[in-house]
Amino acid sequence: MIKVLLFARLREQLEVGSLSFDWADDATVDVLANQLVQQQGANWQVLLADEIVVAINQQVVGRDALVSAGDEVAFFPPVTGG
Amino acid sequence: MSANESLNTSPLINVVIQESTFNLAIECDRLTAMLGDQHLNMGALASFAGNVRAVETNLENTDQDDINAYGEFRALEIEHYPAMTQLSIESIVLKANQRWPFLGCKVIHRVGLLDIADPIVLVLVASSHRKEAFAACEYIIDYLKNAAPFWKKAIFEHGEQWVNAKASDALALDKWA
Repeated sequence: MIKVLLFARLREQLEVGSLSFDWADDATVDVLANQLVQQQGANWQVLLADEIVVAINQQVVGRDALVSAGDEVAFFPPVTGG
Repeated sequence: MSANESLNTSPLINVVIQESTFNLAIECDRLTAMLGDQHLNMGALASFAGNVRAVETNLENTDQDDINAYGEFRALEIEHYPAMTQLSIESIVLKANQRWPFLGCKVIHRVGLLDIADPIVLVLVASSHRKEAFAACEYIIDYLKNAAPFWKKAIFEHGEQWVNAKASDALALDKWA
């Protein structure tokens, strides 16, 4: 299992902030995002947009980063703090 | 430890995420007090304080008729990623300290509902000389705006809109390359 977190606009659009997702093998963020689209619905394609930032265990990573069981994977729009 | 050894010690770093407001003068005094004897080496204290403006222009929806229909801008709501926010800012502060060694730094970022003219963010950098304090302070706020996981939502009289990231904020990092 992994924990998937969504923030801000993504959290509102997909109407969920956190979910547990079956995940056994090491595979990339890209693979995870596509599996989420397949299992959760076409509206999850918003995760595939280039501008969406991904963090694994609170560290920002690229789409080719490996996701392992037990990880916390967050998807969020470009940040707007400060 | 003698007060002259300041540049050989780790800086004092304090990052706080809070809902409540803050006062610049009080936070300057607190940072000075936290430095203890090291405050005798503090020749400079630079600050950046960001406030909520009365107009928010970078909205997700760019349709002017829709924007007019939202009515008066009332407040900002700030969401964050609690497990990541503090680590992200601390990492930025440590990078700034590698480039411009300083004595201490305090960062406050507010979350939740903020009124117009409310303070949002504070960066204080205490150092021996002004050059390090100014540079580190600007570097920290520039990176915070691009990397720390906060999101602003503009609350209007008749609606709400997420605020888009500004290209100019990303371009501001070029000067630190």
